[in-house]
Amino acid sequence: MSEQPQFTIEQFYKYISQGKLMGGKCKKCGKIHLPPRPLCDKCFSKEFEWTQIQPKGKLLTYTIIYVAPPQFEQMAPYAVGIIQLENDLKIPGMIRDVERERIKIGMELTMQFDTSAVQSQWPQWPRYYFKPA
Amino acid sequence: MKGKPLVSIVSAGLSKFGKLEGLYAREIFAEAAKEAFDRCPNLDPKKDIKALFVGHMGESYEHQGHTGATVADWAGLLHIPATRTETACASSGAALRAGVFAVLSGLCDVVMVGGVEKMTHRTTPEVTEYLAMASDFPFEQWHGITFPGLYALMATAHMHEYGTTEEQLAMVAVKNHHNGFLNPKAHMQKEVTLEKALSSRVIAWPLKLYDCSLITDGGSCVIITKPEIAKKYTDMPIQIIGSGQASDSIGMYERESLTSLIAAKIAARQAYEMAGVKPEDVDVAEVHDCFTIAEIIGYEDLGFCKQGEGGRLVESGETKLEGKLPVNTSGGLKSKGHPVGATGTAQAYEIYLQLTEQAEKRQVKDTKVGLAHNVGGSGATATVHIFRRE
Repeated sequence: MSEQPQFTIEQFYKYISQGKLMGGKCKKCGKIHLPPRPLCDKCFSKEFEWTQIQPKGKLLTYTIIYVAPPQFEQMAPYAVGIIQLENDLKIPGMIRDVERERIKIGMELTMQFDTSAVQSQWPQWPRYYFKPA
Repeated sequence: MKGKPLVSIVSAGLSKFGKLEGLYAREIFAEAAKEAFDRCPNLDPKKDIKALFVGHMGESYEHQGHTGATVADWAGLLHIPATRTETACASSGAALRAGVFAVLSGLCDVVMVGGVEKMTHRTTPEVTEYLAMASDFPFEQWHGITFPGLYALMATAHMHEYGTTEEQLAMVAVKNHHNGFLNPKAHMQKEVTLEKALSSRVIAWPLKLYDCSLITDGGSCVIITKPEIAKKYTDMPIQIIGSGQASDSIGMYERESLTSLIAAKIAARQAYEMAGVKPEDVDVAEVHDCFTIAEIIGYEDLGFCKQGEGGRLVESGETKLEGKLPVNTSGGLKSKGHPVGATGTAQAYEIYLQLTEQAEKRQVKDTKVGLAHNVGGSGATATVHIFRRE
């Protein structure tokens, strides 16, 4: 069996480009890290296994961004939020394909994988976003 | 040990805050240093000052890093050890704490601490991008989350959980603009009405233009000494009796709470315990109002009110200049301005003026204990310092 890919942010985004939301589960204490980390912040173990996280959750909070940095200026205004996933994990992301008025705390969202955004320079990470379930 | 002075402030300086066209950060810092030297004629800067710590957040603004040596030279302090501290918007709160350590170590009797940032020559999208560097890159910035956006996420959560209103947010702006109107060094010396604040353009809903601090140029410094020698330099030294600092996850999404800053709570607890004072003993405070919601959350984290009641505290008027606990008498980051690296020691400067009764039109009566609360980024760093009149 080939060695497992390293538990890095780079590898997290490689999985995203395959349409998978993956976390690192500590083999010693069981804590799941999303994003994965090479060192468990609970027990300092370096032994992990990959675990797939359901790409869906509930909206905890959100904002509508009107003033954006240069690379996002053309998209503004856009919504971003923090989404509660399973296993007490949270992740921030854009919320798309929904009218602003329909965005509510507690709404169910699913993660979409947008691999078209990969650019030529570092970082060559794809993007993901959320839309109503 | 409780309440024992850690260090004494013998002088302080602040440049004019605002759009300082044609000036470079090192020149702005020199202006602040000059004021501190002039206030303290018994001090021989070249002979007495043994080290400099300077807060500075971003080298992107001027293509200039290595800020310690740069500003030491321009302040006339060539050859002293000079070190930059960087904890985003809490950079000079951390510089102050580094200075406290240097004096307490016994290695330095007199230390200058300060901060500087030159921002206004850049466009707003550029500044937005540079400020966002204080937040997590791979999961926040990469997905379009701006710095105001992070505080807006906290504001939405606070409104949802505690019923805090957009009007209460705007009241922070109205209050701080009133104070800034009375401060000749403030960036925006003008009163703002509640209606104007509420109808200003949206930056990151629910935060509008008047919920956001200003993009400002400025520099600040204080000179601290061993408490035993302070009287050599001034008749009115101000003691620092409590110092706290803590950190939290760089990514806001990983934190336990979206409505309070754990780092600020920990730093406050450390500082209060060291000082032997309680929140109700504080007579005047500078609370990090990078956004109006930050001041409201700051009240709660500092124990000025219960969790969730920050909105009602500002509404009660108790934190106005004539209230029971005046907050941000300088005008705060909101009206005095927020040259990020300079903010922590600019807060200390204001508390120094208040406790030495030099705050002129915005002077609060009978102040004995002051507090400064400085937050870096969206809360991954916080420092709290407690000051006392000798």
